[in-house]
Amino acid sequence: MSAVDTVTLTTPRARRRILLRKRFLRRPMAVAGLVIVVGLVVVALFAPWIAPYSPGATDFNAILASPSSKHWLGTDFLGRDELSRLIWGARASMQAGFFATVVAMVIAVPIGLVAGYYRGWIDTVIARLTDVLLAFPFLILAVGLAAIFGPSLLNATLALGIGAAPALIRVSRGEALAQREEDYVPAAIANGASDATIIFRHILPNMSSTLLVQATLTIPAAIVGEAILSFLGLGVQPPTPSWGTMLQDAQSYLSQAPRLAVIPGLAIVAAALAFNVLGDGLRDIFDPRTTR
Amino acid sequence: MPDPLLQVSDLSVRFATDEGPVHAVDRMSFSLNAGEVLGIVGESGCGKSVTCMSIVRLLPETATIEGQALFDGRDLLALSPRRLSAVRGREISFVFQEPMTSLNPVFTVGRQIGEVLQRHLGLSRGAARARVIELLQLVRIPAPERRVDEYPHQLSGGMRQRVMIAMALACQPKVLVADEPTTALDVTIQAGILDLLRDICERLGTAVILITHNLGVVADIADRVLVMYAGRKAEESDVGELFAHPQHPYTIGLLGAIPRPSDGEVVERLREIPGRVPSLRELPVGCAFAERCPRADETTRAHQPELREIRPDHLVACFHPGEDGA
Repeated sequence: MSAVDTVTLTTPRARRRILLRKRFLRRPMAVAGLVIVVGLVVVALFAPWIAPYSPGATDFNAILASPSSKHWLGTDFLGRDELSRLIWGARASMQAGFFATVVAMVIAVPIGLVAGYYRGWIDTVIARLTDVLLAFPFLILAVGLAAIFGPSLLNATLALGIGAAPALIRVSRGEALAQREEDYVPAAIANGASDATIIFRHILPNMSSTLLVQATLTIPAAIVGEAILSFLGLGVQPPTPSWGTMLQDAQSYLSQAPRLAVIPGLAIVAAALAFNVLGDGLRDIFDPRTTR
Repeated sequence: MPDPLLQVSDLSVRFATDEGPVHAVDRMSFSLNAGEVLGIVGESGCGKSVTCMSIVRLLPETATIEGQALFDGRDLLALSPRRLSAVRGREISFVFQEPMTSLNPVFTVGRQIGEVLQRHLGLSRGAARARVIELLQLVRIPAPERRVDEYPHQLSGGMRQRVMIAMALACQPKVLVADEPTTALDVTIQAGILDLLRDICERLGTAVILITHNLGVVADIADRVLVMYAGRKAEESDVGELFAHPQHPYTIGLLGAIPRPSDGEVVERLREIPGRVPSLRELPVGCAFAERCPRADETTRAHQPELREIRPDHLVACFHPGEDGA
């Protein structure tokens, strides 16, 4: 039987990969989420080639035009092609989503690891400060920071990353606290490992699945956050397209062309939902208690 | 006799707790010669593990360690942390009780053993891998070329303990501390692991400190035995001497609690030691064993017995030593 062959011929690492893939494929929601996420990333990366028009090209003969064969999703108040702007807008969203999460991880994970591993006063200080920051809702924090940094996509990304860090600090601290008590830690110390070796080579890899799941939950929050910041004028600046600025532009024309608000809105919902269900799926398949 | 490899003198360990200090180890002294197997025996919580962990300072920060542990002319208790990590795993290594959890679950066993080799001996990744396969062969793991790429969860308990032993012996340490290495294992596997330990250490000339509560294990592989009670040394002698002429009533009690199926037709009820171990928080003024001792009297309760050499090379801390019925 071929299944027996795969088991005996492959390395353990490959076997685990096969198992995880099997578990993943049994979850249709997660698969759908992955498909949408991959689609969005491809669209964002190849926007210049995919978009039928330049996102800034105006056509004054077709202002607020309804969907047609020429403009599939119609045009906005300056006659710009809505579909092209949506595709280019995916760029801003994906950039903000991924890079804000990277920023958050880079800040939060080392702090959480140090707090959880060393405990003592340093842990108390970090944990209390995190609690204080967590008292502010994520968006309030991000809006405040973005207002301080000044409006641009880069600053909005930084603000969202810093805003998302406290929650991640808490998660990685908790995980480090738990991993620290595992027997392999004293065993590694007894084998002469230094603190840095234990933190980065033993504890961090053991947290990777938790962090991956956290990342897939932070990305949609950052995508929504970017849209909100851009809507408020604190993120991407017009005329650069972003789902947030598109929503804002649509605001004045809600009665004449409601689709201009509905379309970017749906895009935001779809992106956030896709990342969320993907994250849920990943959490399930990495959970050792999962049997399916 | 040559200088001992490890000379521990007046080792005391205290833990600070909310309810006051706990004296886990009190003025322990012992020595270990190169290539020797020393068994440390005692009940749970008598300070066996703490004694050994304190030698390379593996205890949490709440512990205060006093005394001296001379190893190769250096006092391990006064060594800088950096120097100490060069000793840990390189010259003194440990095998712990729990093979199921002492390995990092996310790395292959090859990578974990290899990491120790890379750190202490500066081997390259490739050289380390080749050496790991040799080591796995040494601890008699079948098909080491394949096992080297497996994760801990794919190995049985006995296999994992073999991996732990391979890791501990990777840098050919001078001292191997085995902390109840077989307690968590199946009885049928225990003997195999012990034989393996004894065999390899004999071959490599490694001295072993074997911590156990199982006198059978000690009789099996130790050269010398140290009996601990409530953080103090109760009795120490060579293994044959101890089993033939136990002097301390605690040792006699321990020996009486071992089932001996070959003892004749009448199957006796096993003798137990009455009472419980005193709290290490408030040790009695006199002998810690007095409450449970059939030979206790006024002196025993009022004074602490000092170690005395009762017979040649046989130390006992008791006011009324002697074999039962003698």
